[in-house]
Amino acid sequence: MPSDSGLASQERTIVNKVTVRFAGDSGDGMQLIGNLFATEAAWMGNDLATFPDYPAEIRAPIGTLNGVSGFQLQIGASDVYTPGDNPDVLVAMNPAALKVGLKGLKDGGIVLLNTSSLTERNLQKAGLTKEDLDRIKSSYRLYEVEITKLTQLAVNDLGLTPAQAERCKNFFALGLISWMFNRKIEPTIDWIKKKFAKNPAIMEANEKTLVAGYRYGENAEIFSAFPLYDIPRARMNPGLYTNLTGNQAIAYGLVAAAKQAGLELFLGSYPITPASEILHELAKLKHLNVVTFQAEDEIAGICSAIGASFAGMIAATSTSGPGLSLKQEALGLALMLEIPLVIVDVQRGGPSTGLPTKTEQSDLMQAIYGRHGEAPVVVLAAKNSADCFHMAYEAVRIATKYMIPVIVLSDSYLANGSEPFRIPSPNELPEIKVQLRTDPNGFYPYLRDPKTLARPWAIPGTPGLEHRIGGLEKDSLTGCVSYDADNHEKMVLTRQEKIARVQQDIPDVEVLGSPDSEVALVGWGSTFGAIAQSVDELNRSGIPVAQVHLSYLNPLPGNLGEVLKRFKKVIVPEINLGQLSRILRATYLIETIPFNRVLGVPIRAQEIVEFVHQVFEGVVA
Amino acid sequence: MKMQESASIPKFTRKDLIPGGEVKWCPGCGDYAILASIQKILPELNTPRENFVFVSGIGCSSRFPYYMNTYGLHSIHGRAPAVATGVKLANPKLSVWVMTGDGDAMSIGGNHLIHALRRNLDLKIVMFNNEIYGLTKGQYSPTTQMGQVTKSSPYGVPDYPFSPLRLALGAGATFVARAFDVDGPHLQAILKEAALHKGSAFIEIWQNCVVFNDSVFDPIVSKESRPDHLLYLEEGQPLLFGKDKENAVISEEMSPRVVPASEAPKERLLVHKSGLQDPAYAFLVSGMTYPEFPVPMGIFRNVQSPAYDEILDGQVKKAKAKAKDNSFMALFDGLETWTIN
Repeated sequence: MPSDSGLASQERTIVNKVTVRFAGDSGDGMQLIGNLFATEAAWMGNDLATFPDYPAEIRAPIGTLNGVSGFQLQIGASDVYTPGDNPDVLVAMNPAALKVGLKGLKDGGIVLLNTSSLTERNLQKAGLTKEDLDRIKSSYRLYEVEITKLTQLAVNDLGLTPAQAERCKNFFALGLISWMFNRKIEPTIDWIKKKFAKNPAIMEANEKTLVAGYRYGENAEIFSAFPLYDIPRARMNPGLYTNLTGNQAIAYGLVAAAKQAGLELFLGSYPITPASEILHELAKLKHLNVVTFQAEDEIAGICSAIGASFAGMIAATSTSGPGLSLKQEALGLALMLEIPLVIVDVQRGGPSTGLPTKTEQSDLMQAIYGRHGEAPVVVLAAKNSADCFHMAYEAVRIATKYMIPVIVLSDSYLANGSEPFRIPSPNELPEIKVQLRTDPNGFYPYLRDPKTLARPWAIPGTPGLEHRIGGLEKDSLTGCVSYDADNHEKMVLTRQEKIARVQQDIPDVEVLGSPDSEVALVGWGSTFGAIAQSVDELNRSGIPVAQVHLSYLNPLPGNLGEVLKRFKKVIVPEINLGQLSRILRATYLIETIPFNRVLGVPIRAQEIVEFVHQVFEGVVA
Repeated sequence: MKMQESASIPKFTRKDLIPGGEVKWCPGCGDYAILASIQKILPELNTPRENFVFVSGIGCSSRFPYYMNTYGLHSIHGRAPAVATGVKLANPKLSVWVMTGDGDAMSIGGNHLIHALRRNLDLKIVMFNNEIYGLTKGQYSPTTQMGQVTKSSPYGVPDYPFSPLRLALGAGATFVARAFDVDGPHLQAILKEAALHKGSAFIEIWQNCVVFNDSVFDPIVSKESRPDHLLYLEEGQPLLFGKDKENAVISEEMSPRVVPASEAPKERLLVHKSGLQDPAYAFLVSGMTYPEFPVPMGIFRNVQSPAYDEILDGQVKKAKAKAKDNSFMALFDGLETWTIN
């Protein structure tokens, strides 16, 4: 078992944060070692955020720029809000990965290059020349390691085929990076042992390669000139932690909420990138009273959930933008029926098929307004991967309390990215009290709770409560079909009022950063981290700005209007063309300064910092 | 009826199924007869009234749930099988019925229909076929005969129609039957068989639309036409028809052929068997159309195969038996965790 060599640790530079990007072919296992490196860092008490970035094709042609799969993560000793703007270190498994990965690498950053891959053909596919390589050498700190060859040497006594041996090379890179940053490789060894328990030869090969990579760092002469790092532990709330991606967190949040409500969970869903893992995760949890139904299409996904909700389950459907479009008619039915339902939209680049694996925040308007008729629903948004758990939970709480559908917005970045999640104990979670109606005395399907305006949840199988509901307008008490004009107006207003009343039940917004500043950065969803980091940096450099983050988009928090009016300038960074900005203007009659990027990647903190500078300098008004 | 009395299930009558309020179908609509038949058989099924759920889509037939004093959900166009799937999965004890029409089931909801049948989920799918869009006032549907003039086909329908039975058979339905509105006793017998079937059941009911497609089935179902143009399928009986059963249907090169009964070679005479696993016979018989053949009414296929809800229940039981723990914390089992003090 390797250990920290005394020699190496003496030379280590302590850093507060570091951003590493692994890049290789989409079959090279970059996502895997990225996640394992994150686990190693988490074990050593670092805070972290990850960002997998992979092509839409499962296996694009080998060695091409289109086939490059990347995984970026930032690990640190203090609050890590994002996977980092610009990597400090790039691990490039081939020339294409080098070319793609260099974009955004810090000036003078470290490049660890697998030189076994520098064949004429690979260089040609990447469009790189020998001169380009020389230029890279002068601009960055390039370390050349024959990763493929060293991997083959490490496993040559195991009788693997050359292809099998080569496939282990990602572990060599991980071993080397682990040594460079002084992260212990034990969690990875444990993982390898579990994962390949049924295939001892592959298990041994991967472990040997990992250790070889680590030892190579310790021994290779080339690394004597190599800066070695250490990252102290982060200060985090005490507790039991695990790493969760946003999609896992959504799934677990739904299960936790159903448990708290004392009901079974139903998910009706159709596969779609980047939301499918929610279905995968929940499909594993049958023993926890979870029923998953892989429907024939998106519409059947939500319709089956509507049926399950009518029959007394905590029901949800998960999708991405194109699927949300298809579900909108049924969503209108759910709010007409006034049954609890959770719709998870993991947003991706649109419109149409758009950018299936890239991130965007462009479904806000379709979430709030996307249905025919006056059809309001509650809309929540998660701010980071761990928050996906809490927002999914919150959606169930609100949906069951008010008997309404609730949309939870996540996005591709949160869905695939991971970060440490503190596992709560059930009694720290808010109460979810569900009362299924059983008493036939005085029962009317639309007789409302005076406070929440919720109608009773009366499920099939309950004697004496037989009733019919549907998408036609209903009498405000009996639920029978009614075409009466005054009744229709009353029902339209009541459905609106139900949503409005949710405002009493959600927290006010907080002002973070410099509360006395005249400029606020207002965001929602996954830009939270980048905005927080930019506010941090700006305030430290003497530019006072505040952050206001919205987890509740409809209804908006009760104090938001008053809070926004305290600021002279309200900057709204979004990965769309100004959807929240428009809502804030319309709702509060205030000026906003939108800052919009739609690059398919998260907004970087540095971009926001630069934009705020421009605002202060009067370049942008 | 005796069985029901001996059971501890609270009795209810046909009257208990009438919710009050007006039934708003056109006077003379075939839907009334179907409603009456279902209200008649439900009390005979040994199932408490609160366990019936009627789910529908959009169309005249889909108003059905409003006229039944059971649980009911009038959903959106074409989606009833999907909604009903959720209801059944949430509570497999419920008797879940999908009430739909030819436009709702075969056109906008075609996808949901075939998948519900394919899964063999225990749903009773009752399709009212009047070969027309009634609620939108008279456009042709996927079952309207080719060439028919309707509001949306002034020059005649250019589409080939679906055979609902063959569509259901092709989708793997384990129970496939056809009946028609005005023969109450036959319809009730078919509906009852369907209700007792475990798995997906598809029942096509020919239903006369008095306003937009009046008498379209009369050449087959009118009292005068029946002897020569309608054939009641009876289990184990040869396919004979005519006033004096003087005609027979035989199989010739995997197709049906009508011959005088006296000349029918015994080995080629078709004898009705609904329980064949292979749907080839059911497919052959369901292809007998007017005017070349007498049109069969009855149960075309009735086979047992594990139902989706039973398979799922088996998986759940297996998962629960295997799990050490099903508490909240069991959620995080199998994940790498660490403690920060």
